[in-house]
Amino acid sequence: MEKKARQFGYTITRDRQIDYDANKHDISKIVAAAEPSLNLCISCGTCSATCSAALFTDFSLRHVILLLRRGETSGLAKEVAKCMLCGKCQLVCPRNVSTRNLIIQISKAVIPAQL
Amino acid sequence: MKLEGKRLIWQEYQKEIADDHYFYARSCIRQTFFPGAEAVFVKILKEELGKDIHDEKHHTSCTGIGYHSDVVPFDTTMTVVARQFALMTEAGYENYAASCVTSFGLYTEILDTWHHFPETEAKIREFLFKATGREFNKPKNLAHASDIVYKFRHQIAGKAKYKLVDKDTGEPLKVVEHIGCHYSKMFPHKGIGGAEYPYVLSGMIEAWGGEVIDYPERRHCCGFGFRQYLVQANRGFSLSCSKKKFDSMEPYEPDMIITNCPGCPMFLDRWQYALSEMEGKTYGKGKNGIPVFTYEEVAGLIMGYDPWEIGLQVHQVPAEPLLEKIGIPYDPDRKFKGKNGEDLGMPESPSYLKFYADK
Repeated sequence: MEKKARQFGYTITRDRQIDYDANKHDISKIVAAAEPSLNLCISCGTCSATCSAALFTDFSLRHVILLLRRGETSGLAKEVAKCMLCGKCQLVCPRNVSTRNLIIQISKAVIPAQL
Repeated sequence: MKLEGKRLIWQEYQKEIADDHYFYARSCIRQTFFPGAEAVFVKILKEELGKDIHDEKHHTSCTGIGYHSDVVPFDTTMTVVARQFALMTEAGYENYAASCVTSFGLYTEILDTWHHFPETEAKIREFLFKATGREFNKPKNLAHASDIVYKFRHQIAGKAKYKLVDKDTGEPLKVVEHIGCHYSKMFPHKGIGGAEYPYVLSGMIEAWGGEVIDYPERRHCCGFGFRQYLVQANRGFSLSCSKKKFDSMEPYEPDMIITNCPGCPMFLDRWQYALSEMEGKTYGKGKNGIPVFTYEEVAGLIMGYDPWEIGLQVHQVPAEPLLEKIGIPYDPDRKFKGKNGEDLGMPESPSYLKFYADK
């Protein structure tokens, strides 16, 4: 098939449409139940701006929360594994989200499902 | 499909369509892509409906493809279009009928530009006079050819030999209608039914016995998009747009697709071949595709014209399964014969998409 596509000189661009209806929202509900301060997050990105792990990886807690709320949970286990749990994000969060516990709860919710 | 709300919207977007005496401007690409479509339109108007239609020999491309691809400046395009209007004026006509949706959109855009900027119109009149010695009147009525078929859809239905109905079950065929973007997305009030729920093709389908499918990506572009297609490396964008539409319409199991644009039937038809080759995926039952038609071809079919006379043999997705479903007779041996019976040669069969009935 790929050979055929090369013969054409172009390939199909995969759809980036976010299908909220088909996505998995149960993990978001489990995490929010275990750490209700998730609901306080306004996606300001302060956590990502101050993140130590982000100096060495492409980790972003803001992005993790975005994916969690969209229900796009397939890559979350790999993402949250990049966190060092240093807690700097928790010190700077303007909404007092318990970010360290949030990461732990996401890990608990997604890692068993993705192992 | 819930029609109540849509009917209210359709009522708001009605346009005046001239009753007779049309100056017909053909499309530069339709005669290559679907060579029978325009001939059917002229035949139906002249012979079936007894209308006066002037099929102008000397008009040129409107330059729409060049304009939308940023290779022809707007002043040049306006001057070329002014020449088309001059030909209409010289022929003694006032009602302009465009075969192409992009031409129709472009004429609308130019007339609107001249309405808001009279000095631009004066400049273009001067350009045209200096270049060709011609002068022109603006058309009193500008319609797309599908508007005219829509206007006479009930008369066509009255003369039709067939309906868009399954001959075995009596159920209406499930039809996807696809409107070219330039028909009403730029100027919603210039299209029948507006931009969101254009009624021009839906009206024909309903009048001719079919059932319109309302699927999520109904208003999505087919993917032609000029620059998306003209550069080979970009064609993936075009293909992906069509794929999105096919994926969206597939669960509704459409029997056919009807379009009113030059590019849409071309791409919705040919991309089914490309998608089948790239992914081994076909969108009809079995290994069949979904046959794609222009509205003129469908009008010709229900009027009982020979499918090969109206050019259905150049379709990538074969029309035969649909012809059999409606009960339209055809001679398989004449499919690839020319006008005088000469052998045109048979195309190679695709790897996945079913092209010949016996494979």
